[in-house]
Parts: sequence; structure tokens; C-alpha cells
Amino acid sequence: MAGQTSVKIPGHVPRPFLNGMRDGIPIGLGYFAVAFSLGIIARKAGLTSYEGFVCSLFTRASAGEYGAYSLIAINATLLELTLMCVITNLRYLLMGASLTQKFNPDTPLWKRILTACCITDEIFGISIAYKGYLAPSYTYGAMLVAGVLWASGTAAGIIAGGTLPASLVSALGVALYGMFLAIVIPPSRKDANVLMAVSASFILSWLCSVLPPLSHIDSGTRTIILTIAISAVIAWLRPVSTKPKAFGHIQIVKNDNTDGKA
Amino acid sequence: MEKHSIIIYIIATVIVTNLIRIVPVTLIRKRINNQYIRSFLYYVPYVTLAVMTFPAIIDATDSPLAGALAFAIGIIGAWYGLGLIWEALLCCVIVLLTGTLL
Repeated sequence: MAGQTSVKIPGHVPRPFLNGMRDGIPIGLGYFAVAFSLGIIARKAGLTSYEGFVCSLFTRASAGEYGAYSLIAINATLLELTLMCVITNLRYLLMGASLTQKFNPDTPLWKRILTACCITDEIFGISIAYKGYLAPSYTYGAMLVAGVLWASGTAAGIIAGGTLPASLVSALGVALYGMFLAIVIPPSRKDANVLMAVSASFILSWLCSVLPPLSHIDSGTRTIILTIAISAVIAWLRPVSTKPKAFGHIQIVKNDNTDGKA
Repeated sequence: MEKHSIIIYIIATVIVTNLIRIVPVTLIRKRINNQYIRSFLYYVPYVTLAVMTFPAIIDATDSPLAGALAFAIGIIGAWYGLGLIWEALLCCVIVLLTGTLL
């Protein structure tokens, strides 16, 4: 201690917004790369960089935006676009339902709605991993950083997409999946039930992509059917213990994720 | 496609995507005590992300081998605690290297 300036960190004052922004940085950097490849598709659909930025900032849905831009490119109808958005984003409905159990019961409705609008796969992942009840400002902070980078990536992809070598574009295509692995694997290591759920998901997802009749339907719908079916069966086989304190089991997940992210 | 209709399509995308997010938090306001439903909601995020990752990662690149390698090595990396951005980077580098070497 001698000779060192001891910085007085103000007690244990929680700073969820700043913490959220901090955790939003790695997510946002990954988003930038992924959104760049999305921008290449948006460019084909005829969006300007400004339109791509605004649409990405307010949508923040990888699969949903991919579907939307592909449809705009082929002059599809508004009804088709709406259906595509519903199907590719239906997992957010399930994630939103899951998130409701993470709020302090006193959380006002407007904060719940604003938090829900921030949901993306990764922002949901770190919000669920938040210790105890979720502080909505944590999610806002993460969304602010990650969302702006996501939108900037889309705009950059629209502007510069055509100039990038094909091998690099191909490599950027897996960035999103790498992030997904970083969310599902660390909890699988700590919780045998999650490991079972994740392994079953990999195997069944692969089987259903090659075996009819499920292989004939589009991947968005297949994701929804498999998510509901696998979660329903695992919840029946391996119910999570309901402790008197709220979110006993979710706190365990929090510890896993913090370790994982270090 | 005309300019004004692209903007209408963008507005529709934004509205529909966010409505889906808002609906459940508006309808479910209380703590769910049913153990089965709690367990179901607990597994949903892991299952949905896992389902979306595989086998889609195999088809995400020009070469299925590169995608498979990214998947396998990505799992090992995440198992040993690599964070979000490093995992994304690792997978991209594997695909780049596979493409260069083969």
C-alpha cells in the first residue's frame, strides 16, 4: 500500500448503467463484424447507409433483418415481410417471457417495456446472467453501446461491402455463432442439466435439418418448434428447483457467465 | 423498388420486431410459481441459441469443413472460458485459415 495512491471507490454503489456499457463493448464489437455482412445484403436490397443505420438501430435482429432485407430485395409484399419478421423473431417472445421472471416485482411497466425492446440474443444472455433482480439500466447501457455499433456496422457494410475480399466476408459469417457458443457453453460446463439441453439441441437440430418432414420447413420456424419441444421435455425431465429466494437457479447461471467472460 | 416503399418496409420491420419483444412483458407481470413453467423458461435461451448455432454454422461459410472446425474449436474455446468477442474472433480466424490453407 505504501507509496501507492489508494483510489477510493465509492463503497458498493452499484452502477448498472456503466456496467452495462462495459459489457456491451465486446458484444458491440462482435456485432459490428456481423452487421457488416448484414450491410452487404442490405446494399443489395437498395438501402442507403442512412436507412440501414436507422433500421438496424431500431430493430437489432440479425435473423429478422436478414430475412427482411432478402424480401425487400425480391420485392415481396408487406404481408410476407410481416410474417417473416414474426417468425424469425419469435424467439424474442420466449426470451421476453423468460425475462419477466428476472424483474423486481416493483419494476414499473414502462421500464419493463423499454428493457424488452433492448432484447437481442446476447443482450438477453447477459441480462439473464445479471446477479439477482435485473437492473433495467444495465440492459439499457449494454444496448446503447452494442446497438450503435450494430447500426454502424450495417452502415459500414452498405458503404464498403462491395470492396471486401470474399474470403473475409465468408469468415465474418461465423462471428455470430462464435458469440452464441460463448453464451451456451460456459453454463453447460457448470450445470449438467444445461449441458443435456444444449447437447440435445445440437443433435436434434442437425437431425431435423436433414430428415423430412422438418427439413422441408424454413430454419426460422424449425428453430421455434425445436426450442419449444426441447425446452418442454427437458423441463419435464430435469425441473429446476424452486428456491424460496427468487432466482436461485438463475443466480447460479450468473456466476457461470461471469467466469466465462472474465 | 421505389424509395418510399423501402421506407415503409423499414418501418414495418421496426414495428413488428419490437412488438414481439413487448407483448410478453406486458402480459406477464408477476412471478411465475409453477415449477414446470419456470423450468421451461430457464432452458429456453440455451436451447434456442444452441439450435440456431448448429448446423447453421456449417453452412455459414464457403466451406462446410471450415464451419465444422469453427464449431468444434469454438466449443473448446468457450469451454475454457473465452468471452464473447474472443470466441467470435476465434471462429472467424479458423475459417480464414482453413480457406487459406486448403
